[in-house]
Amino acid sequence: MRFGVLVFPGTWSDRDCYHVLDKVLGQKVEYVWHKETDLSGFDCVILPGGFSYGDYLRPGAIARFSPIMTEVAKFAAAGKLVIGICNGFQILCESGLLPGVLMQNNHLQYRCQWVYLRVENNSLPFTSRTEESQVLYIPVSHYEGSYYADAETLKELEANKQIAFRYCNSLGEIVEEANPNGSIDNIAGIVNKAGNVLGMMPHPERACEGIVGGLDGNVIFESIIGEVTTRAMGCVKLD
Amino acid sequence: MPISKETLDDVALSKEEYDIIVQDLGREPNLVEIGLFGSLWSEHCGYKHSKLLLKLLPHASPRVLVKPGEENAGAVDIGDGLCVVMKMESHNHPSAIEPYQGAATGVGGIVRDIFTMGARPVALLNSLRFGPLSEARNRYLFGGVVSGIAGYGNCLGIPDVAGEVYFSPSYSANPLVNAMCVGIAEKRRLVSSRASGKGNLLMLVGADTGRDGLHGASGLASQTFEDERELRPTVQVGNPFMEKLLLEACLELADTDYIVALQDLGAAGLTSSAIESASKSGSGVIIDVAKVPRREEGMTPYEVMLSESQERMLVIVKKGCEDKVKAIFDKWDLRSDIIGQVTDDGLAKIMDGKEMVAKAPIELLTSPPLYRPKGVKPNWLEALQKSDFSDIPDIRGDASSVLLRLLSSPNIASKEWIYRQYDHQVQINTVVQPGSDAAVLRVKDTKKGIALTSDGNGRYCYLAPFAGGIIAVAEAARNLSCAGAEPIAMTDCLNFGNPEKTDVYYQLEQCIRGMAQACKILNIPVISGNVSLYNETRDEAVYPTPVVGMLGLIEEIDRLCTTGFKRKDDIVVLLGGTDTDTDSLGGSEYLELVHDLVAGIPAINLNLEKRVQQCCRDAIKRGIIHSAHDCSDGGLTVALAESCIAGNIGIRAKWKIAGRGDSELFGEEQSRIVVSLEPSRLRDLERLATRHHVPLQKLGVVGGSRFIIENMVDLPLDDVTDAWKGGLQRAMA
Repeated sequence: MRFGVLVFPGTWSDRDCYHVLDKVLGQKVEYVWHKETDLSGFDCVILPGGFSYGDYLRPGAIARFSPIMTEVAKFAAAGKLVIGICNGFQILCESGLLPGVLMQNNHLQYRCQWVYLRVENNSLPFTSRTEESQVLYIPVSHYEGSYYADAETLKELEANKQIAFRYCNSLGEIVEEANPNGSIDNIAGIVNKAGNVLGMMPHPERACEGIVGGLDGNVIFESIIGEVTTRAMGCVKLD
Repeated sequence: MPISKETLDDVALSKEEYDIIVQDLGREPNLVEIGLFGSLWSEHCGYKHSKLLLKLLPHASPRVLVKPGEENAGAVDIGDGLCVVMKMESHNHPSAIEPYQGAATGVGGIVRDIFTMGARPVALLNSLRFGPLSEARNRYLFGGVVSGIAGYGNCLGIPDVAGEVYFSPSYSANPLVNAMCVGIAEKRRLVSSRASGKGNLLMLVGADTGRDGLHGASGLASQTFEDERELRPTVQVGNPFMEKLLLEACLELADTDYIVALQDLGAAGLTSSAIESASKSGSGVIIDVAKVPRREEGMTPYEVMLSESQERMLVIVKKGCEDKVKAIFDKWDLRSDIIGQVTDDGLAKIMDGKEMVAKAPIELLTSPPLYRPKGVKPNWLEALQKSDFSDIPDIRGDASSVLLRLLSSPNIASKEWIYRQYDHQVQINTVVQPGSDAAVLRVKDTKKGIALTSDGNGRYCYLAPFAGGIIAVAEAARNLSCAGAEPIAMTDCLNFGNPEKTDVYYQLEQCIRGMAQACKILNIPVISGNVSLYNETRDEAVYPTPVVGMLGLIEEIDRLCTTGFKRKDDIVVLLGGTDTDTDSLGGSEYLELVHDLVAGIPAINLNLEKRVQQCCRDAIKRGIIHSAHDCSDGGLTVALAESCIAGNIGIRAKWKIAGRGDSELFGEEQSRIVVSLEPSRLRDLERLATRHHVPLQKLGVVGGSRFIIENMVDLPLDDVTDAWKGGLQRAMA
């Protein structure tokens, strides 16, 4: 399968995602410059972390107008897999591909630390290889990661099982102390209604090698690879 | 036209220096030329008071590729066709005036020095000094500086992996903000900053030029100042996004053969950038200021030449390649303009359209007079060095509470409050995170790792400048050795007061002599550095504070070591000096915190130091020990506590206390490393220690949930951990 890693001016996790997909997971991967207008041939595109356009105005607010984003919308509408990590999540929210917004952390400081995440829905293309309610140990690194959506949207997210991850403690309990940024209901990652577009603040690509502190990020990429391979073999998942 | 004193003061030139210029130029310089001389002859660019002393530092080793002064940063070979490029720089004065932007642009400047050489920046470090956090203004400065470093560094995607911070009244009005950047490049791809080849083009790239930062080099960084608020307009404002674009574009460019050289615009802007670049190759330059894109209207040639607007680069483009180079900058949405060319007449010629506004020999512009005043040991120092502490009561039953006080003091407490605001993981190389003795990064596609640390104890240097200089180097090297890394190169930032004062010059000279001696004995070349003088406010100099940034190499990344105790029942051993006496109280954190006393003479035995470090590295390489942690601020007891906290496991220790209890527990004798190991390996370690002639002393056993030093300290580990972890946060609340 082929991964596309989008590069906006100011993106910096592009090289990390590329490294993990190429060197750790042995996948085909290519950078896609934000001014390009073609995503054909890719099975999954990643919007990586960083400060696209310096986060000026609001994180993601300018990047959503990059030419490639029109293609990302079409790519998503076609049911292909899109994952936005950190700044990528912010861009997906700004461009309306995901509901809600990411606000400044409630403590008004940048926060870089390892956190625990509980998988809230393990039947997504991004989580299919996880156990039910599995706890993952993955770092966050952001200033604007406090997820917010209005009550109605939240209800919908719950009803459609669109909440992918919540911040939790090491035992998997959803508690206030485990929330690194003030996200509503400890939400760390969500998917769109169709379940093929994921946005998450934590950085799974930083947790794919033991030498840099953890391996739990692999399961997300492995789930994607499994899903795409299954699709390619013509096996359609029945609801 | 007789020049006014005000004009000379503006550019920090003395009358004598002006007379030299008139004599060598054969005429009175015009205003633009005075601006050029003032900047290039400033302490900041010209190193007038430090250059002769800096020659004392050793620069050679088989690994050294680029020495100080040759390029924007030093470089050392680490094998596998790769080299590490590094440098440290101060941004003290701007940060005192506007902490966020001062610190942010400090990061921006040092990062440009690294990618200018074609190296991708892989790590940032910073050494900070502030006044006590009990004062609101110091909390404001500290908080602002940390946010500024975070705001700029995080946006660039460079991990901030290590650093240090100390608080002392000495830095109240004049905080120190030293930033260090480390990059990795393919050896064959190192880019020079030498503007050579007649007819090659000078291309200015990045931000437009404004009036910001005029006289930054000559005014802000080379004089003392009375009222910082007046100077706020001389502080530049950073645009990290623009810097990130420049970084990527320049690295793309470094991979081509379209260019001759890259040079960033830092202090003294276009003046120092173009002229120093030409000076390195013995060429000349001609620049047309009318072609420089401006942020504001009505700027004079003088202002254009001296502007310190940030995020600008000068590219020396091979003639005929300008379109290809421009295409790369266009891709990154960066403006690029040809503003001049390289000549072979050895002159700097500044044009404003057709009119020549300045013309001077580059040799003269870059050869300021060098001063070697006579330093005099001040009388006040003699008085401080008296180290009879017999009238200070020894600790009796209160060792536990003293330990908790020390652990929660901002100088010793965990620095997590700072580094959790910095992205310390991006680029996914961070093997040992901030908080250990040294950060360790893997080098992708090799088996190697690099270890990084920064160190410098201003209080030691204040009390004993020579020994303090030695200790700064020795302790940085010890930090690396505790990680299992061999120290291979050093950079430094020398923060001192006004060198025209005999006592300050004495401190400067003694510190540098101490550092030089340590470098020679420990075999560590100095490959780059920076000097920040005039760190004074209202006639009061800061502690003499040389900060050392050091690089260590780990040949096999799976053979590294960290500070935390690892396993229950491991035995804890002290490697190194065991003859503690009252001297070890001199300059200690304990003495200042508990007895409000800064006195005594810190001391070190460099030969023992060298052996202890070798022994430690050897033990790590052979897999004998599970942890290693150096004894520094707070002494042996604090080191033991930190190893317990990091490993989340207790200790039961016991050793014979011969002299004063406080000296044994909290004295800061040098050359000591706490290690832990399986009991079955003790004999191996003893043999190794004997071979290295290193004293070894058994201290105790790892295990349980209490921190116990028999007859002295007995505390639940949770209390010890809370004191250390929350100390800084509580001080900022």
